Amino acid sequence: MSTRDDMLTRIAAALEGADRIPPPQREYGATTPLPDIAATFVERVEDYRAVVERVNPEGITAAVAATLTRATRVVVPPGLPREWVAALDGAEVVADDGDLSPDELDHFDAVVTAAAVGIAVTGTIVLDHGPDQGRRALSLVPDVHVCVVRESQLVGDVPESIAPLRHAVDAGRPLTWISGPSATSDIELERVEGVHGPRTLHVLLVSTDHPLPPA
Amino acid sequence: MSGTFIGMPKFQTAAKEALGNSQQRRNLQHATGTIRRKRAGVVDELNNWDELRQAGAAIKDNVLSHLDTYLVQLEESLTQAGATVHWAADAEEANRIVTSLVRATGAEEVVKVKSMATQEIGLNEALEVAGINAWETDLAELIVQLGHDKPSHILVPAIHRNRAEIREIFLREMGQVGTPPPTGLTSNPRELAEAARVHLREKFLRAKVAISGANFAIAETGTLVVVESEGNGRMCLTLPETLISVVGIEKVLPTLEDLEVFMQLLPRSSTGERMNPYTSTWTGITPGDGPQDVHVVLLDNGRTDALADQVGRQALRCIRCSACLNVCPVYQRVGGHAYGSVYPGPIGAILNPQLRGTTSDVDQSLPYASSLCGACGDVCPVNIEIPELLVHLRTRVVDEHRGGIPSGEQIAMKGAAWMFSDHRRWEKAQKGAELSGRALGKKDTIGRLPGPLSAWSDARDAPTPPAESFRSWWKREKGDPR
Repeated sequence: MSTRDDMLTRIAAALEGADRIPPPQREYGATTPLPDIAATFVERVEDYRAVVERVNPEGITAAVAATLTRATRVVVPPGLPREWVAALDGAEVVADDGDLSPDELDHFDAVVTAAAVGIAVTGTIVLDHGPDQGRRALSLVPDVHVCVVRESQLVGDVPESIAPLRHAVDAGRPLTWISGPSATSDIELERVEGVHGPRTLHVLLVSTDHPLPPA
Repeated sequence: MSGTFIGMPKFQTAAKEALGNSQQRRNLQHATGTIRRKRAGVVDELNNWDELRQAGAAIKDNVLSHLDTYLVQLEESLTQAGATVHWAADAEEANRIVTSLVRATGAEEVVKVKSMATQEIGLNEALEVAGINAWETDLAELIVQLGHDKPSHILVPAIHRNRAEIREIFLREMGQVGTPPPTGLTSNPRELAEAARVHLREKFLRAKVAISGANFAIAETGTLVVVESEGNGRMCLTLPETLISVVGIEKVLPTLEDLEVFMQLLPRSSTGERMNPYTSTWTGITPGDGPQDVHVVLLDNGRTDALADQVGRQALRCIRCSACLNVCPVYQRVGGHAYGSVYPGPIGAILNPQLRGTTSDVDQSLPYASSLCGACGDVCPVNIEIPELLVHLRTRVVDEHRGGIPSGEQIAMKGAAWMFSDHRRWEKAQKGAELSGRALGKKDTIGRLPGPLSAWSDARDAPTPPAESFRSWWKREKGDPR
């Protein structure tokens, strides 16, 4: 008998006479009402010591440029709106063609991507690696990640985040959930930011429905 | 199980030695105290925590009671997504499969994501025998590997080390296996993390093969999920050409939607955060993104034995968060090594005897490595009744020792039963105790007893018998009640 058949036989024997427990009755995807979803998202992302800025749609280009003043080489996904990186002064911008090796990616200072979903309660950004987010290595190897999230992409808490991500998973795409910059708690269980992933996470939250309150 | 723990003495012997290590006790007290406070804070933020725990337990119970169906579904989904599925009955078979997969690539080294399953089967040791270097890339695992040490905690295997010790290990060992730490390295955690970043980056960028475990495996879609903090997981799951994941068969979840429960329970219970920094999911092969040669090894290694135990099978709900370790008064004092397994603490005390059986000294002793205070069961995010299971396994160990030559404990218990069954015998015994109590004079505890009684007295300080029993005091003051 193959190991596969043997294991399945052992499982069937172990479960003989056992109650077959049905899936729980659960309302999946329940919404979490929040008085100000964008404010909660900003507060929670900042809690991880990421930088968060709120901008208008027409302010993205200037905000990206202001964030990356010291970058000399910036990589972007093939489907990123090019005007977002149009104002980068003196920096070389390379659109990923899928052929950059890990070593070559290591020679970029920063990456600019869009996102798929933002989760307010946990301060999480989810990438579903669509064309404006690119393959996983892009948002991993460079040390600075500038991530543009639209307010219309925000959900309250984790249960609401699954439905908007399902089509990507069904299409065989990976997901990356990001909550702040890379961090570790491995030394005396105290959190230290910055290990292998990008050490700086800069989030631009774009208002989509209403103008920003005056500063 | 892991070669590093072979031939461990029983828990009580190892614990006694560990208790003498005051540096380790201080490190553990500090670290577990920090994490307990953080966990309590983020759990209190949710008003539906108990409902989530019940949902977590119910989903896992559904999976376990239909495990054969879900595993076949998972296999189908994975295969359809371009992954190759392998089945491994035990550690030896899993190690053989992984070794031959690595050999087929021609690689002489692999990078590893922190994984309990691969530690459980002693994969690193097996690869080493085959001449393949396995580099641990999680910071704590790196500390353990460089220190030629054993893991002592599920989440933070180097929890028994403080920053000064970690600095010394880095200075001594890093240069032997790759990029050395910078000169002038201090014990500042930020500098230590930076040294690990530089040391490992070289390995990530050149690696051809990565090995991981998985926190969850979704049957419906064939999606594997790895939850981590540092980004070492993302590096391993993304950059190499070949990815081999060793997944315990109990890791299955039915649908993608079930993640909503576990992605709320796990980060809060493990690191005490609302969400861990990074979670990666992948579904077989994605053209143009990540490894194009993807393998999944489904591992039994004792899990079907645990499944066959109607009471004990709930231990397979465990999502390896380690909340039970951080609240356990026994773990906090003796540390993880005394448990003789990669699974220490309360969950280890019930998991190891079920996965490995109760033939060795250490596995027979583990169900007793608890004061049954109940804190572990209270924090478990999937409602495993750990104290009840400890008692259940104690019964199993005792039952397995029935018949044959009775132990000293069994003779003593028989004698006690005879004495307690008649009040006259009991009063006589109390008289005897009063006399021995007076003989002990002013001492108020009994220390070491001679001969076979030392096994009992070495583990506890018992008060000396009082000069007069309650019954004889009552008789003297109030007269004979009969």
